[in-house]
Amino acid sequence: MGISPMIGSTEIDLALGTNSELAMLLAAMAYAVALVVFTLDLVRSSRTVQELEQSLLAQEDKELVGVGGAVRVSKGARSATARGGAAAQSGTAGTGGTGAGDDASSGTAPRVRHGNAEVDGQLVDDSMDYTRGAPRRGLARVAISLMALAAVIHLAAVIMRSIAAGRVPWGNMYEFLTTGALIVAVVFLVALIFKDIRFMGVFVSALVVVMMCAATMGFPTPVQPLQPALQSPWLIIHVSIAVLSSALFTLTFAMAVLQLIQSYRQKALIQGKPDRLPLMRLVPSATSLENVAYRINALAFVGWSITLILGAVWAEAAWGRYWGWDVKEVWTFIIWVIYAGYLHARATRGWTGNRSAWLSIVGYACVVFNFTAVNIIFPGLHSYAGT
Amino acid sequence: MTEKNTPENNETPDAAAGAGSPTPDAAAPRAQPGKKAAKKSGKKAGQADVELPALGFFGMLRWAWTQLTTMKTALFLLLLVAVAAVPGSLFPQREASPEKVAQYLRDNEFWGPVLDKLQFFEVFSSVWFSAIYILLFISLVGCVLPRTKQHFQASRRPPARTPARFTRLPESGVLELPADAEAGQNDEVLRRVAKLLKRRRYRVSVRPAEGRMGASVAAERGYLREWGNLVFHYSLVGVLVSVAVGGLFGFTGQRYLVEGQGFTNTLIAYDQFNPGHRFDAESLSPFTVKLDDFHVTFNRQERTDGKYGTPVGFDAKVQVKDSATSEWKAEDLQVNHPLRVNGTDLYLVGNGYAPVITVKDGKGDVVFSEPVVTVAQDGMYNSLLVLKIPDSNPDQLAFQGFFLPTTTINANGAATSSDPDALLPSLYLNSFYGDLGLDSGKPQNVFSLDTDKLNKLNDRKLDAGGIVLGREPGENVYTLPEGKGTISFDGVKRYIGLQVRHDPGKAWVGGFAALATVGLAISLFIPRRRVWVKLSDGPAGENPGTRSIEYGLLARGEDPRLTAEAKALREQLMKEFPGLTPVEITSADNGAVRTLRD
Repeated sequence: MGISPMIGSTEIDLALGTNSELAMLLAAMAYAVALVVFTLDLVRSSRTVQELEQSLLAQEDKELVGVGGAVRVSKGARSATARGGAAAQSGTAGTGGTGAGDDASSGTAPRVRHGNAEVDGQLVDDSMDYTRGAPRRGLARVAISLMALAAVIHLAAVIMRSIAAGRVPWGNMYEFLTTGALIVAVVFLVALIFKDIRFMGVFVSALVVVMMCAATMGFPTPVQPLQPALQSPWLIIHVSIAVLSSALFTLTFAMAVLQLIQSYRQKALIQGKPDRLPLMRLVPSATSLENVAYRINALAFVGWSITLILGAVWAEAAWGRYWGWDVKEVWTFIIWVIYAGYLHARATRGWTGNRSAWLSIVGYACVVFNFTAVNIIFPGLHSYAGT
Repeated sequence: MTEKNTPENNETPDAAAGAGSPTPDAAAPRAQPGKKAAKKSGKKAGQADVELPALGFFGMLRWAWTQLTTMKTALFLLLLVAVAAVPGSLFPQREASPEKVAQYLRDNEFWGPVLDKLQFFEVFSSVWFSAIYILLFISLVGCVLPRTKQHFQASRRPPARTPARFTRLPESGVLELPADAEAGQNDEVLRRVAKLLKRRRYRVSVRPAEGRMGASVAAERGYLREWGNLVFHYSLVGVLVSVAVGGLFGFTGQRYLVEGQGFTNTLIAYDQFNPGHRFDAESLSPFTVKLDDFHVTFNRQERTDGKYGTPVGFDAKVQVKDSATSEWKAEDLQVNHPLRVNGTDLYLVGNGYAPVITVKDGKGDVVFSEPVVTVAQDGMYNSLLVLKIPDSNPDQLAFQGFFLPTTTINANGAATSSDPDALLPSLYLNSFYGDLGLDSGKPQNVFSLDTDKLNKLNDRKLDAGGIVLGREPGENVYTLPEGKGTISFDGVKRYIGLQVRHDPGKAWVGGFAALATVGLAISLFIPRRRVWVKLSDGPAGENPGTRSIEYGLLARGEDPRLTAEAKALREQLMKEFPGLTPVEITSADNGAVRTLRD
């Protein structure tokens, strides 16, 4: 037959499929708890920082006397100290940030920059590295552990599903969603090892919970055999790259939303208005969010291009044409064009910053639309909604 | 195109690193006439105090060209393409589903024709969509061609001149070389630095002291980044051209093939044939395909909700002969496994049942004895059958009705198929006689029957009733009323729907698409960096005889790893010249230094 066992065994293990569904529910519950704890952490951290700052402020006001010539130093230095923990050294204010560089330990070069200086009291460094001595966030640890536990159960569920169906676990909406949610969670957890992106915890866990609920409530699909058009090794490659790219787009969507809020807040702060969103000090500056999102989007865009090309290769074999403007193809194309626009916007005067963030958000809205509405509402060759 | 209008941050490091000082846009000088033209039209009434040069016809063209090739226009056109593609997914498209377009036109008597006029049912070949993407591609070419020339020249020029102050660069540092270090003369030191940079795959040039500027090393790497960018954009043009060529010279044909039948690749063999505008019938490859057997595998596992009985495998056993003189070869044709013969591809895109029917006319002559291709209406293969017998005497006969692969009588007493496999096949037909209108020479759809001018012979509502064949064992022949003849149901065969396609541009499309992806990855992930290193005397007063090595790095475009590169470079320098000590720079510049993106 020429079909690998990964994509077309017709016998299905229904008992294992049921166990997988139970594990899936369990994982969803653990994610939900993680979401709650992440939220608590956010609230708690914000309060801790405020308290810490209050005490530092009192301390620094004394020290600042006599450090006259420093250029716009007070705000930047204070934020740097807050970040570096209570290790407020007497030299901090003197050179407008060099001292902060020492305890932030990012100083690869003797000269130190930190873009955060423009806004008061960011808790997360622009490089999003972990900083030693920053206030401990015990709740965040609990939340991350919970999320890791959920991911392990989730992984087991997906593997069981895969074994039960005798193929890769992405043949219908239920499977796209559960496998997609797993990838989002794992990408986030792995990224956490290298970067302090705990500020995204609430968003990511909420998203994963939504995806799991949508899968188990919206598209409950027992293990089923694949229709012939899906029985191809391309299912493994094309769909996995598509899901991975979508997961990356999801992260950048979150960053774009945060960027817009942060940029609004920064503007208000610079104008001297009170900080109405103190929670946002757990989030890096708008510029650094934009930069990180751009890098991830660049990667995801390459992934999306590969998805599109491999999809065409597959369509050629399965449907007799490599491109036929099927609804799914149209939207995949639209998404590709929008993110191409996003990449170009970054190089266009007047289109950086918030405008490119909006492009990223619109692009992601199309990704969601492509995944949901196109699969469910529009009749097309890609209508694999399941039931 | 990716970085066309980047504020030219990277060309002149001094200007670029100066935070917030807006540098002139690359396209701005060229766009000048445009601004003037805009002013002119805006101030028609009076105000003669400003002398405006006449733009002229060629001036206007030039202006239009510069406007078209700016990044803003390109970005606008790009987003417009995305918006313009949306209706292509909202409205049925003629190319993919003409019957749905016809249905839409019937359902929407007012808006249907309006939308049709506006080409909403052929979005992707419409004038407006074509206009947008053609403009986009012209803009792209107009953008990329000059950049190619620029980059070609840049890649032959030595690295950019050394900036005066490194502290303005995004990454820089100073290392002090003690007087007693065995580092050699100035040129010796710089030579060693150059060698070190070469090892890191930089293009290096050592510069002697000039004026106030001391001797320095300038280095640059990652020229491939821009080449990748250019290759990406040229490849997109390649994809577009290849698609067009494939459409012009290729063809698509459909052909039903019943088990036991074969066909040779000629124009008349096709049930439907769509050639490109430049297609030449002589180019048809003379192969022959014969369908021996078509096997369908069904899901027979209980409790797979809703999926019980669905087909999970289609396998067509075919034989192929490349040309009249060659040997037969056995092949498997499956979904996802097309048959490729001499550059023509055959795809399994449909299937169904073809009941074998024999009709004798009123005189007792066999006027028809063949499998009849039926059209499945649903997943249970309730299949529509139309059979026209123009050769029967005394009257032409016609049959219309259903073929049911697994006949079941439902709760309402109606017959329907309950399984897609042929477990209990039967025919439920009405019959007609009269003039079929086939002699007029007007082409007719073989799958539909115009019963208006025909006389009913069999119908459920008539006394004679409908024709039911095959439901009960032995009930395979039916004698038509009024001595019109007999019809018999002699067996069931399966047929496959073949899509046959020849697309000479296909391989090119694939090649260019792959090339574009490689170019894209290179342009996004290979960093382009500049490094400068210079030697200067140590700070006057302290430690006489010391020298310092100053280094600075600048990225062209996005480069998240520039800091890491600076660190690596510093470590290598310290390894190369033992005894180096980092110097802290505490100049007032620090506060103003930002990354380029700011």
